[in-house]
Amino acid sequence: MIELRRISKTFHKHDERVDAVRDINLTIAQKEIIAVIGPSGCGKSTLLNMIAGLYMPTKGAVVYKGKHVTDVNTDVGYMTQKDNLLPWRTVQDNIAFPLELAGVSRSERIERAAEAIKHVGLDGFERRYPHELSGGMRKRACLARMLLYGAETALLDEPFAALDAQLKLAMHDLLLRLAAEAGQTVMLVTHDLMEAVTLADRVFVCTRRPATIAFEQRIGLARPRDVLNVRFTNEFKHLYDALWERLRLEYQEDRV
Amino acid sequence: MTAPEARTVPAEAASDAPAAAPARREYGGFMLACQVVLGVIILLLWQGASGRLIDDFFISNPVDVAERLYQWIADGSLFLHIWATVYETLMGFIVGAVGGVILGIWLGVSPFTNRLLNPYLNALNALPKVALAPLFVLWFGLGIASKIALAAVLVLFLVFLNTYAGVREVDQDLIDSARLMRATRAQLVAKVIIPSAMSWVFAGLKISVPYALIGAVLGEMIAANRGLGYLVQFSGSQFDSAGVFAVLMVIALLSVVLNFLVELVQHRMQLWRIVGR
Repeated sequence: MIELRRISKTFHKHDERVDAVRDINLTIAQKEIIAVIGPSGCGKSTLLNMIAGLYMPTKGAVVYKGKHVTDVNTDVGYMTQKDNLLPWRTVQDNIAFPLELAGVSRSERIERAAEAIKHVGLDGFERRYPHELSGGMRKRACLARMLLYGAETALLDEPFAALDAQLKLAMHDLLLRLAAEAGQTVMLVTHDLMEAVTLADRVFVCTRRPATIAFEQRIGLARPRDVLNVRFTNEFKHLYDALWERLRLEYQEDRV
Repeated sequence: MTAPEARTVPAEAASDAPAAAPARREYGGFMLACQVVLGVIILLLWQGASGRLIDDFFISNPVDVAERLYQWIADGSLFLHIWATVYETLMGFIVGAVGGVILGIWLGVSPFTNRLLNPYLNALNALPKVALAPLFVLWFGLGIASKIALAAVLVLFLVFLNTYAGVREVDQDLIDSARLMRATRAQLVAKVIIPSAMSWVFAGLKISVPYALIGAVLGEMIAANRGLGYLVQFSGSQFDSAGVFAVLMVIALLSVVLNFLVELVQHRMQLWRIVGR
């Protein structure tokens, strides 16, 4: 469904050449949940930006459902690392924004936004402005907005980094439930190995910049997963330890 | 009493509250009394110096000025002149503001037109707009239209430059995220670019209000038969220094009132505060 064909991305800042991504080759199937982990600043976000069509690869091609991505890819919902809520709109109006753009009537917008707000636990904050919310609340508002947009593919760039442990679990559960319901394909960038193993079907580990795929780990845990209890199973522990071991080796190589 | 006041001060300072406001709160009525006393002292010094230290012909004196003001108020002519100036200022402001906002948004969102017109707009902007006054008199005659045109052209460039800067400053991430949500070009302009540029537009509108007054008064000084600019020019040509001072006071008062109105509107605009941070 999503194919990255040997894509590389080079930025030119002043006279400096920055290779963000080099020769990444991967295919993501429909309804698959992919987690990408790697050191910060390695070019993971650049990868998502290319799938979203915000950046064009310097070399190679991004193919989405058989079509080359040459412009903004409106089939994806993209939750960026920086929350980009509109500062002059209330939470409710921000979350309903994609519906407003699609020409949905006001009463229906409010109704559907209310449901999404409840899902992410922001009820009571409908009329607040983004600057009145905490970082974690803004992230959840972004998530609710993405859910309402209802894209077939969700790109998430460290979506739960600012949340506390309990809330993180609740959001993991919500994400898995809704993705399964809607048959969504999900690609998630994260720092959190636990999160990656809990959510993903496959985990890709990136090298330091320029990002390439160091290795891939299939996570064969049964679905639907209980996000809390799955981590106490032996299967989870084995996968987690194996990944951790390989990550450690990866880091060691980097230090040499 | 002081506790709630103390709490409101930082919040006000964070927004666009006038710089004088905290000082006024700090000293309360005492400061106001001092300010009145200072005003009275200045008037007394002026009255005392006039005719003794400096020739009455140059600086007139408060009593004569007050007499002249009373005379103009009594025969109603002052209000005619004030109304002419206020009308030109407001009309010039409205015309210039609407034109500036439209031009700023249009050029902000169309790079081709922007590049095309750029050198011409730069040249026009560099031109002292006041020099256009004779042209406006030729085009629009001696009536109020030429003054409105002069005020409007001063306002237009200020508002245009601010609006344009605001449109160019729009966060690209906001635009990207709206485009990913299938926003059309018209929706981008209406729902992202314009609201985002609003604080810049308001800032432009605010700073251009005094310029509208300048344009109106200057236009009247060049060629007119009514208005405060005409009156100050006429009094000067009659060597009537009391009249000149009287009009200057009225103009100062008018601009204070205008600024006060701007502050009032600004405080009513919740939007300004939210976007302006």
